[in-house]
Amino acid sequence: MEEATDRIARPWGGRTPYGRHETWPARVDTFLAEGVAPDAVERWVQSASILHSDGDAMDIAVADGRMVGVRGRDVDRVNRGRLGPKDLFGWQANASRDRLTRPLVRRGGRLVETDWDTAMDLVAARSRELLEERGPGSIGFYTSGQLFLEEYYTLAVLARAGIGTPHLDGNTRLCTSTAAEALKETFGCDGQPGSYDDFDHADVIALFGHNIAETQPVQWMRLLDRLEGADPPRLLCVDPRPTQVARHAAVHLAPRGGTNVALLNALLHETIRHDRVDRDFIAAHTVGFEELAERVADCTPRWAADICDVPAARIEEAAELVGTADALVSTVLQGVYQSHQATAAAVQVNNLHLIRGMLGRPGAGLLQMNGQPTAQNTRECGADGDLPGFRNWQNDSHVADLAKVWNVEPERIPHYAPPTHAMQMYRYAEQGSIRMLWISGTNPAVSLPELSRVRSILTQDRLFTVVQDLFLTETAQLADVVLPAATWGEKTGVLTNADRTVHLSRKAVEPPGEARPDLDIFLDYARRMDFRDKDGGPLVTWHDPESAFRAWQRCSAGRPCDYTGLSYAKLHDTSGIQWPCTADAPEGTPRLYTDGIAWAHPDLCESYGKDLETGASQEVVEYRSLNPDGKAMLKAAAYLPPHEEPDEEYPFQLTTGRTIYHFHTRTKTGRAPQLRDAAPDVWVEVSAVDAERLGLAEGDLVEVAGRRGALRGRLRVTGIRPGLLFVPFHYGYWDTGNGSGPGPGTPGRAANETTITDWDPASKQPLFKTATAALTLVERGDGSPSPAPTTTASAPADGVAARPTAGGEAARTTQSPARFPHDPEEGVR
Amino acid sequence: MNGITLTLRVLHRGERHLAHDLVTVAERHRTEHEVHHVATDLAGWSRDHVRRLAEVAAHHGVRLGDPPDTSSDSVLATLRAKASEAVAHRPGPGLLLLRDLRELHLAAAENSLHWEMLAQAAQAARDSELLGLASACHPRTLRQMRWTNTMIKNLSPQLLNSL
Repeated sequence: MEEATDRIARPWGGRTPYGRHETWPARVDTFLAEGVAPDAVERWVQSASILHSDGDAMDIAVADGRMVGVRGRDVDRVNRGRLGPKDLFGWQANASRDRLTRPLVRRGGRLVETDWDTAMDLVAARSRELLEERGPGSIGFYTSGQLFLEEYYTLAVLARAGIGTPHLDGNTRLCTSTAAEALKETFGCDGQPGSYDDFDHADVIALFGHNIAETQPVQWMRLLDRLEGADPPRLLCVDPRPTQVARHAAVHLAPRGGTNVALLNALLHETIRHDRVDRDFIAAHTVGFEELAERVADCTPRWAADICDVPAARIEEAAELVGTADALVSTVLQGVYQSHQATAAAVQVNNLHLIRGMLGRPGAGLLQMNGQPTAQNTRECGADGDLPGFRNWQNDSHVADLAKVWNVEPERIPHYAPPTHAMQMYRYAEQGSIRMLWISGTNPAVSLPELSRVRSILTQDRLFTVVQDLFLTETAQLADVVLPAATWGEKTGVLTNADRTVHLSRKAVEPPGEARPDLDIFLDYARRMDFRDKDGGPLVTWHDPESAFRAWQRCSAGRPCDYTGLSYAKLHDTSGIQWPCTADAPEGTPRLYTDGIAWAHPDLCESYGKDLETGASQEVVEYRSLNPDGKAMLKAAAYLPPHEEPDEEYPFQLTTGRTIYHFHTRTKTGRAPQLRDAAPDVWVEVSAVDAERLGLAEGDLVEVAGRRGALRGRLRVTGIRPGLLFVPFHYGYWDTGNGSGPGPGTPGRAANETTITDWDPASKQPLFKTATAALTLVERGDGSPSPAPTTTASAPADGVAARPTAGGEAARTTQSPARFPHDPEEGVR
Repeated sequence: MNGITLTLRVLHRGERHLAHDLVTVAERHRTEHEVHHVATDLAGWSRDHVRRLAEVAAHHGVRLGDPPDTSSDSVLATLRAKASEAVAHRPGPGLLLLRDLRELHLAAAENSLHWEMLAQAAQAARDSELLGLASACHPRTLRQMRWTNTMIKNLSPQLLNSL
């Protein structure tokens, strides 16, 4: 029976309960623009969400050549027809009147409209000049987690073998590089071990720094459905905020920021002390157990309790939960990845699964998550500080293999050092050795830490900045050339979610004005630069999405992320399919490592590993002696205190994060009315205890000041951990008077005005969760509540008055039950 | 004084120096954020080595001092940090950085060799306390060397080609 729900007020919609080992039922969510009747829709065009990493499959409704709505795809394994609030409403941003429709170039200090030829000639001319005068190391590319696979792959080829620069990375550095690094450290190679289907079979689900209710709302619907069904799972939540996950958890730990390694070492200590380990699995599939056991021998719950400021008894309960589960799923996200000792902590979660033998079977699933919709593609295509196809830059035979695919000499591909990570690229730009930075699909002037520094880098005269985007973002406003790009629904390509599910997203409508698909822009550049292979033929031999996809398939052949069994036609007919997909596994692969550790052998592995505390690279000789047979590696790490601790001047810890209604810097979600109004402005979360102590109240205008900058926002009093402040990172300046940053009449608004420039030495992921700050009153509130949503982790504490978040008529979405047309998985009890 | 106490003394001095130099380099290269943060962490290892060396030396009748005070409140430290920020936009300090990393590497290598000597002497003398000390500390010295080597390997292509 069809029903309608306000999906701003009820972000997760209604329940479809199901029991353990049963099939999660389908439910089709549909939202059509006001005044569009279902029979007015002319076409439904296949796509998937690009506003988070879940990979929610949907069809775009088209009428009169315009997008007029979306409907979840009931046949898809990931979401089975469901859509989250961003999926339902975010598409409206595509038709914003302020889309970029013509290229812009800076003349006399101002950006003025021009034609494509002029803009691209300028970019190509500057590139050639720099190659001539300063060499390939003077050019850098900073891309995204929101383009399509075909675009990243093309960019990787033209940057690495065309220009020959080591400087190519994605903003995935900010969201997923720790996931990749943790998998490389443990399994020798990137690749998500688990599958979302594991949620159907687990009896315990542990979420480490992962607010899944807001980051992957559709999988949270799945957990809510299981919690209401027979034999529900018990949840462990590690998060300093009172998230929806925390509210539903059997055990909730809210540790002090930056102490994840101490907490996880205590969980490992308890697991080993109680002998809750799988000795056979350890012997068959791992190396390093003795050292791990020795290194955590002193890490008792009591020891960790002091460091984490969590009662030892709670840590013991958590250890019992994960230690006695018969099918454990763990998920990890930014609370670990963007915090102190990121990789070291994420690896300890891997260790927990290995010593418990919780890997490679239904319900025993490890999910090192990622944040962005196509971050997985940035990783596998080598647009993120790795070589394409998870090839090892330190292994000459891997480089030679890649050179063969590209028909270039191996020396043409920089591999004398690791590909440069984004934070180092910005340092090189600051120090003057990078002179051209091409930024595609991302907004570093709001999303990188310590924004005053970032602005000072991007505004240098000597740095030639190209920005390719949908809108005149804060970053685009500082650029020398702005290229108007098409987005999903206006172009065709493939994207892969956090559990390796590949989706096809087809073009439904024409892009606005002269905006072009990112692929076309990169192909145009490759043509103008006349990049050649070693026989004098063109380096880039493809001309459209499908031919680019086929080129990538050749590059992926025989690699862990093998796409050779896929095609556009197959993805169209089947909906999402998990890689590797080959002739031997034509229906894709639900889980990696079902039959031992496949890619850790010294000759196969993507990385020889790093020192988790210093980031020092290991060499092949060390790797061979540590792991000659290619097993999973149990790597221990000692707890180190965070680099910035609260003091008298800056007494709070400060963490940043997201809300369910927005994505990144709101370039899209801030232009979708329902989402914009659900969380219209920045706010500051503080605990009730701290608010009372400081005499502050809900709705007060406060300043959060750190060592590097300050911002202002309205106060929201919540059940957050005392001593901690939270600021959402979505808000910048494009919708303020000042445009690209704070200035006269525009106080600081972006969370990153206050964050620290510091990154994990192993994954190079910047740390957004461990700054410190002072909190002061600017102006008493007038009694109206802060703009923070009430439906989520930012819900007000008991007794605090706030207006309930609602979308009203404009957010009414239909949901109708449907039959999921596929059988339950084979091999499941 | 015998050879063991002599080595303890030399190593104690070497680790004191390395702790001091790591902190100095961290301050001088404040705008090289990874160097700044990791060098500060690694100075903690050397300070710990100094303390443990002094403890064991006491059992050998030798009095050795405490680790250097490396809190970064001193005027000099502030000056170094300010100087680093002042030249954040210039390429020149890149050469200085490579030189500093080289010096740190050599200092750590010297300590490593002394740990090796100490461990060998401890085995011959069947001094289990001393052997335990060397086994606990030497790996971290090797990791300090590996870190400086990695940083030099990763940074020098860019820094030396852009002057």
